[in-house]
Amino acid sequence: MNKNIDVIENPVLKVEDLCIAYNKSDSKYAVKNVNVTVKKNSITAIMGPSGCGKSTMLRAINRMHELYPDIKTEGKIYLNGENIMKMDTIQLRRKIGMVFQRPNPFPTMSIYDNVIAGYKLNGIRIKKSERDDIVERSLTNVALWDEVKDSLHKKGTFLSGGQQQRLCIARSIAFQPDVILLDEPTSALDPIATSKVEDLLVELQKDYTIVLVTHNMSQAARISEYSMFMYLGDLVEYGKTDMMFTNPRNKKTEEYLTGKFG
Amino acid sequence: MKSDTITKYVLLFSSFIILLVSGGMIFSLLGDAVPVFEKFGWRFITSTDWNPTEGRESYGALPFIVGTLSTSILALLICLPMAFSTSLFIAEYFKKSAFSSIISSMVDLLAGVPSIVYGLWGFYTLRPFIVSLGLDPQGYGIFTSGLILAIMIIPYATSLSSEIIAMVPNELKEAAYALGATRMEVIFNVILPGARSGIIASFILAFGRALGETMAVTMLIGNANIIPTGLFSTGNSMASVIANQFGEADGLKMSALIAIGLLLFVITGVVNFVGKFIIKKLS
Amino acid sequence: MSTEKSSIDLTKNNTYRSVKDKVFLWTVIVISIITISPIVMIIGKLVWKGFRQINFSFFTAVTPSTFEAMTAVANGEIIPGGIVNGITGTLLLVLMASLIAIPVGIIIGLFLYENPGKRYADLIRNLSDILQGVPSIVLGLIAYLWVVKNITQGYSALAGSVALAIMMLPLIIRSTEETMKMIPGTLKEAGLALGVPYYKVIIKVLIPSGISGLSTGVLLAISRILGETAPLMLTTLGNPMINWDVTAPTSAVPLLIWDFYNDPNMVDLIWSSSLFLMGFVLTLNIISKRISAKSKA
Ligand SMILES: Nc1ncnc2c1ncn2[C@@H]1O[C@H](COP(=O)(O)OP(=O)(O)OP(=O)(O)O)[C@@H](O)[C@H]1O
Ligand SMILES: [Mg+2]
Repeated sequence: MNKNIDVIENPVLKVEDLCIAYNKSDSKYAVKNVNVTVKKNSITAIMGPSGCGKSTMLRAINRMHELYPDIKTEGKIYLNGENIMKMDTIQLRRKIGMVFQRPNPFPTMSIYDNVIAGYKLNGIRIKKSERDDIVERSLTNVALWDEVKDSLHKKGTFLSGGQQQRLCIARSIAFQPDVILLDEPTSALDPIATSKVEDLLVELQKDYTIVLVTHNMSQAARISEYSMFMYLGDLVEYGKTDMMFTNPRNKKTEEYLTGKFG
Repeated sequence: MKSDTITKYVLLFSSFIILLVSGGMIFSLLGDAVPVFEKFGWRFITSTDWNPTEGRESYGALPFIVGTLSTSILALLICLPMAFSTSLFIAEYFKKSAFSSIISSMVDLLAGVPSIVYGLWGFYTLRPFIVSLGLDPQGYGIFTSGLILAIMIIPYATSLSSEIIAMVPNELKEAAYALGATRMEVIFNVILPGARSGIIASFILAFGRALGETMAVTMLIGNANIIPTGLFSTGNSMASVIANQFGEADGLKMSALIAIGLLLFVITGVVNFVGKFIIKKLS
Repeated sequence: MSTEKSSIDLTKNNTYRSVKDKVFLWTVIVISIITISPIVMIIGKLVWKGFRQINFSFFTAVTPSTFEAMTAVANGEIIPGGIVNGITGTLLLVLMASLIAIPVGIIIGLFLYENPGKRYADLIRNLSDILQGVPSIVLGLIAYLWVVKNITQGYSALAGSVALAIMMLPLIIRSTEETMKMIPGTLKEAGLALGVPYYKVIIKVLIPSGISGLSTGVLLAISRILGETAPLMLTTLGNPMINWDVTAPTSAVPLLIWDFYNDPNMVDLIWSSSLFLMGFVLTLNIISKRISAKSKA
């Protein structure tokens, strides 16, 4: 076991020997032999220079790579002890939600329909009153309710970038997942929108486990409890965020955090 | 400096050719269609009587209008699921794979087959097949023509639809997958709503193609100057009647054929305009 | 909240959904294969039935008379003669249509490229689009009214070429404009900055750098008109002999196919002629694809 990588007892997520290559035929791995455990009801940040494999690793956790037949994924990932590779993808993605770097509300659906898109897409029929409840609660959770409650049936694409991203988070939490994966959710947002999303994530960790890819070190420092540092496809260091920022164990981590590269 | 001005004017004047051709076309068709409209008025469009016998001449184009519309609508209906599936095959399910390029080059080949070859194949392969299925003792008529037209317009509908399906952003599809949707659900809830107007436009343009096709229909529709009574009834289309009766035509009959040409021009023009308009609004 | 989480249970419907998903996939695959099967059957049939008739005289002799054909068929022999009058006719028609449509189309395409966003240019572009949708039989009528009735006073190759040229024109205009848009604007500016007159920039810079796009467009336009039958029936009529006179009736391969189809004695010739025509069209298609693939690489 790598002494730079902490191990968490009773993790929600446990990644074992994860290797991912974008091309089945060549041995150029974008993620190499990653072993990591993620704490329940906390925010875990993934950091590292561009191209180090953060998104690649995150997307493996809800098996997004399966959409592209060229991508090869090896290793195991456990969600609450259950091997996700053996789970039904429908079931898996219902338990692990994802929010993308660029806000991507469905342009053909209204704000309301975007929030309950998970139910619609999965063909779950629920009563109108229940639906209204879910929409209101999810939008309130992402602090968007007051802003959009009068235009619920307008298209979601008319919202600002920050509002769209919060709508996407609402869409993901409306479906009550266990884990929410976020890939640089604030990189397209201005500072005010960013801080709103950050506040929201801090709020959400009471009910959800959050894994967050970020380029923004101060963001990681502000909101995450644990941090991973990746470099060239390797997980170099993993531990408590404040420990990592004050006392990095690996030289590469230190160089990155002090802005020597990145 | 002076030569540049000349160049500019040459370019400008050459563009008048398009104005002349389009304007001249309408002018000539209208001019030569006048006699028949003067004589029969609206009856030319509403009457079903087509009788070139001298002395008892009567020209009503309704059977041909109905023939053209019914074969083309049938073609559109048959083409819909086929072009739709093929576009999904090319632009979604097997995107960028060898399968997709094989299928899409085959579709391109379909577009390259001359109309008369479709007619031959329809006559010698499709028609006997329809007879052997027991659908119709002769195998001529609206159904056979509609079927061959469907095959002919599939490439037009497919190439445009698949382009538009391929343009639906990946991130939207991923968002739906991340919510647990199956591929089919992604297709029906994300891809289709996003590509809807483009797909509709591609089918409208394909329909416009079907309206004007001549040879293949001429060889299969049965060339009976009657309003078709059913799916397997014979009939005649606007383009076919021009092709068939042009040789022996003069006087009022020639005017009637030209008037049919004018109607065909107007109908296809409107259909194409609508299709192009939707596409322009998209981009 | 954690109690609610378990209330969303997908186990009941997800087998059904997965099956539905699979069924849909296979439906798409099967329908796609059905959709492309006609091309395989058509080419198969043409090769199978047409191959036997293709020989040396097929390309060198004119069409046989009905009587010659009838005797041959009665004796179980291959029908004598060939389709050279059709081949030369098609060449003549295509050549003349190209002479009319290529220069005019390229110049109009350049005009559109030079005047982007202008109202008048938009009008020209839209009219050109509308022209592209006009059924070929209507173009045959037009060429009949304009050329057969007024210029050549009778059926003529010229009339046919006019119809075909109007068909080619919008295709060439469009491909010229698209090609020109792809050429970096700096190339043109570099030429103009040196004080070269604009027409020379067109001839020496724009057309040479867009040559592959232009030739792709031209080849596709030609392959589109090669198989046209209907407009020729109203304009060039047909001719049992080789004809190079543009004011006289002329044959063409598709017209011959139509004649053979209508003559029970010669019906055997339809397959070889169609095979030849298809081969010609496909070759042009393949060449143009090659050119455009090469220029993209
Ligand atoms: N679709 C793809 N096809 C091939 N290679 C890819 C693809 N996506 C990413 N890669 C490669 O995989 C490696 C890791 O990429 P990844 O997107 O995971 O990086 P990242 O850490 O998320 O970077 P960023 O911070 O820029 O988002 C990179 O070297 C990249 O070039
Ligand atoms: Mg990334």
